[in-house]
Amino acid sequence: MSVSVRIPTILRTYTAGAAEVSSEGATLREVLQKLEADYPGIGARILDDKGAIRRFVNVYVGDEDVRFSDGLETATPDGSQVSVIPAVAGG
Amino acid sequence: MSLPPLVEPAAELTVDEVKRYSRHLIIPDVGMAGQKRLKNAKVLCVGAGGLGSPALMYLAAAGVGTLGIIDFDVVDESNLQRQIIHGQSDVGRLKADSAAASVREINPLVNVIVHNVALTTDNVMEVFSGYDLIVDGTDNFATRYMVNDAAVLLGKPYVWGSIYRFDGQASVFWAEHGPCYRCLYPEPPPPGMVPSCAEGGVLGVLCASIGSIQVNEAIKLLAGIGEPLVGRLMIYDALEMTYRSVKVKKDPECVLCGKNPSVTELIDYDSWCGVVSDEAQQAATGSTITAAELRDMQERGDDILVVDVREPNEYEIVSIPGAVLIPKGEFLNGSALERLPQDKKVVLHCKSGARSAECLAIVKAAGFSDAVHVGGGVLSWVKTVDPSLPTY
Repeated sequence: MSVSVRIPTILRTYTAGAAEVSSEGATLREVLQKLEADYPGIGARILDDKGAIRRFVNVYVGDEDVRFSDGLETATPDGSQVSVIPAVAGG
Repeated sequence: MSLPPLVEPAAELTVDEVKRYSRHLIIPDVGMAGQKRLKNAKVLCVGAGGLGSPALMYLAAAGVGTLGIIDFDVVDESNLQRQIIHGQSDVGRLKADSAAASVREINPLVNVIVHNVALTTDNVMEVFSGYDLIVDGTDNFATRYMVNDAAVLLGKPYVWGSIYRFDGQASVFWAEHGPCYRCLYPEPPPPGMVPSCAEGGVLGVLCASIGSIQVNEAIKLLAGIGEPLVGRLMIYDALEMTYRSVKVKKDPECVLCGKNPSVTELIDYDSWCGVVSDEAQQAATGSTITAAELRDMQERGDDILVVDVREPNEYEIVSIPGAVLIPKGEFLNGSALERLPQDKKVVLHCKSGARSAECLAIVKAAGFSDAVHVGGGVLSWVKTVDPSLPTY
């Protein structure tokens, strides 16, 4: 299952500046595992030590926040768009 | 979901007002009724900085009757790249005063209320209670959570915007009709994890992109027109030039606006958000030197290695002579440690002392027990040792 992952500016140091990268997996968990394999270090910015999504980072599949669906087990059908949206406070 | 207008219309518009606002009045959706609502509206802008600048200018021009400005800071030259409500002659002036002068120049019909104070848990409820709507243009997590909590506790809507480098986010939080900021981001990031604009930079014009969305939403809420950005997060990417919106759900478990709230009054936001982490605080205690002390060490010829933990582009702008660059990321992933000498005292510094304190905790935990960091960072060096150097 090929999915695209939108990378926020703050994490683009891990993807050599790429704003969107492709990943694979049937669930968000698998997609993030592949992402970490391709771009080492990025996983720890999204997931905490226990493997849960950090509370100041939101991950969307399509336009749905996975925190309100099945979390890391949320299905990522072929062609899904995963967006990582971290909290920023600048003003 | 459209919402009823937030404000009742003023009794009438004067002849001068009709002339000034004619381009609004001939839009059917705004018309006399909408403009009279704007005239009666009281809007508070928290922060007269990057987002506050365009927000205040457009709110003033639009004819919002009462505009509050709260900011404790003074205008610095490094603000002028994006804070367009201030000009060169305002450097050193209180931002709230400078912004008020610009608002009066744009529209003398606006009643401006200046709050030359820091927003704190002691005054936020009282200040907010005088306004219909809040526009959040602050620059740190602690104040953002405080603004949210006060708005929810008072039942007021607020328009939120946030920026970093080329990325912007905006939403409307109004617990009565949708989610609050805590529903979107339940907890702030740990200190040091997310850089501020002062550390990471921000494209000046991004402030206008997001600030204008905030004004757009404020006007819609006040006049009761269109689809407000309640329950949606607008995400702007200036490099890709894309706007996307995603749903933001009201979290039934939200500690503030959920079914069983555990936060029922204001909390200590500074300690909740942590200016620096406990580890960094501990590491820095007794291991912080001043810029002048570093100069003395260098002049004595002490056997030290000065390590700058900022990013390469910051190092290019200004650096402490003799410092080697090892960005903070390399401390976080551990690779910096093998580059540190065992036989020299390690002196860390950054821009203002927060990032170097975080790195100091890592370095000390790795056994470099005599390592220190420079309080106030390179900014302090410029101020006390070599004022000829630039600051940023």
